[in-house]
Amino acid sequence: MDLFTFLKPKNELEGSQSSAESMPFIPDSLWVKCPACNNMLLASDLQENHRVCTKCNHHFRMSARERIELLSDENSFTEFDSEMISDDILNFPNYKEKLEAAREKSGEKESVVTGKCTIGNMDVVLCVMSPDFMMGSMGTVTGEKITRAFEYATENRLPVIVCTVSGGARMQEGILSLMQMAKTSGAVKRHSDEGLLYITVITDPTTGGVTASFAMEGDIILSEPNALVGFAGPRVVEQTTHTKLPKGFQKAEFVQDKGFIDAVVQRKDLRKTLSTLLIMHNVKENS
Amino acid sequence: MSAYDKVQAARNSKRLTAVDYIGKMFGSSFFELHGDRRFGDDKAIVAGLAMLYDVPITVIAIEKGRNTKERMARNFGSANPEGYRKALRLMKQAEKFHRPVLCLVDTSGAYPGIDAEERGQGLAIAENLMEMMTLKTPILSVLIGEGGSGGALALAVADEVWMLEDSIYSVISPEGCASILWKDSTKAPEASECLKLTSHDLFDLGVVERIIREPSNIDDRKMFEGLKMLIARTFDKNLALDTERLLQTRYARFRRLGSHS
Repeated sequence: MDLFTFLKPKNELEGSQSSAESMPFIPDSLWVKCPACNNMLLASDLQENHRVCTKCNHHFRMSARERIELLSDENSFTEFDSEMISDDILNFPNYKEKLEAAREKSGEKESVVTGKCTIGNMDVVLCVMSPDFMMGSMGTVTGEKITRAFEYATENRLPVIVCTVSGGARMQEGILSLMQMAKTSGAVKRHSDEGLLYITVITDPTTGGVTASFAMEGDIILSEPNALVGFAGPRVVEQTTHTKLPKGFQKAEFVQDKGFIDAVVQRKDLRKTLSTLLIMHNVKENS
Repeated sequence: MSAYDKVQAARNSKRLTAVDYIGKMFGSSFFELHGDRRFGDDKAIVAGLAMLYDVPITVIAIEKGRNTKERMARNFGSANPEGYRKALRLMKQAEKFHRPVLCLVDTSGAYPGIDAEERGQGLAIAENLMEMMTLKTPILSVLIGEGGSGGALALAVADEVWMLEDSIYSVISPEGCASILWKDSTKAPEASECLKLTSHDLFDLGVVERIIREPSNIDDRKMFEGLKMLIARTFDKNLALDTERLLQTRYARFRRLGSHS
């Protein structure tokens, strides 16, 4: 057997797993294999359980729209800047095609969906990043939409909730992606200086420039169980230090243990938790 | 010079480092201040007080080291969280005494170590970005060599950002970019072109306000004196602004960066 055919079945298997993991919608007729416990789950069961494995509690990734539906009161979400798209200002190789493919895959125009909604009948600005759009990479539109969302919240004295998932700053927009870290942080700071509440919900994975900016800037930082959160990715850390990584390294529970996350919250409890925290900050009911 | 030539020039081990600039511009007036008051003293960050002519300023610099021994001690200019926290502590101190802050940036990136992650590298950078945006005293950042991603940005949220002509500033290393794009890190020269990381590219993108001529060597007094005068003039201008105006201008500087349809 030559090397290529020897490797191929394994690669195909890995490929099929990762596509099931990131698939935004799974038809009812399908079975899904849990990548954590390897049990076969009925797709409709998985969907009903908010994409959490019924056997081992593994939290599958969730599309931005599914998450908005999970967290906001029914039909309360009004989207901001839904048509804003990137210009490919650097004319970066294959970027236009990549954007096109990401739009196709995710059904979104960019890697974050922003808007306002109510949670427990309280007004909030909600930003949800999309794992299906270039794994939530932060380009200039991502930064602009988040900045505008914070500016809107500051002007209207509303709390902000951001659900993060991101591989970091988007290299195809070069330095301008990096600048979004500063831009969003500035908007978060102005919101904070007005005495307004910002809650971060970290989901798997949140790394790089998003961790080193708005993901870590919340007054309260929540995370889903077992979410990967860090600045440098685990592979980079391993390659740089030539050391075996400690058990659970950069997982939400580990990071909480180190003092950087306020609470790890099960997905089924997320909406209730947010609504309780909003009440504790005297967020007014929608009138 | 191609973009990759600039990358190599910015990384050249014979290139002048932050302590050279501090020595040439501030001489014996520089008084180093150590430690973050939380965990330790990160040698990758050199910081302290200095006299800029008759004005006391706070200087915060990332130092790579000038020889192997120094480079080891400085962790090759890759700061840990306590380095960024030392920087923030001294920025807050500068704010208290209304001293301008000069940052000299030269790093391949924040250190991606196990300990760094465990001590909150992401948070340390994020806090600097937030606090620098509203720091009530003028800030000026000069990239003197490598500007590696978030680790550089953590000292470059400023009223103005300048670059030495052969320095670079990038969201990712060209090698990292090439290995993601083409699964081949030897294509770093091509990636360097795509990333638009040279001083002239970044000037055109509106990310830096000024390009500074390279010193021909460490004895190029004219260059160091010229740079010093430019810094003094910029601080003078910004010290004259009322705080609200200063911070509004700083916010607007970053607010406009990006492009969309």
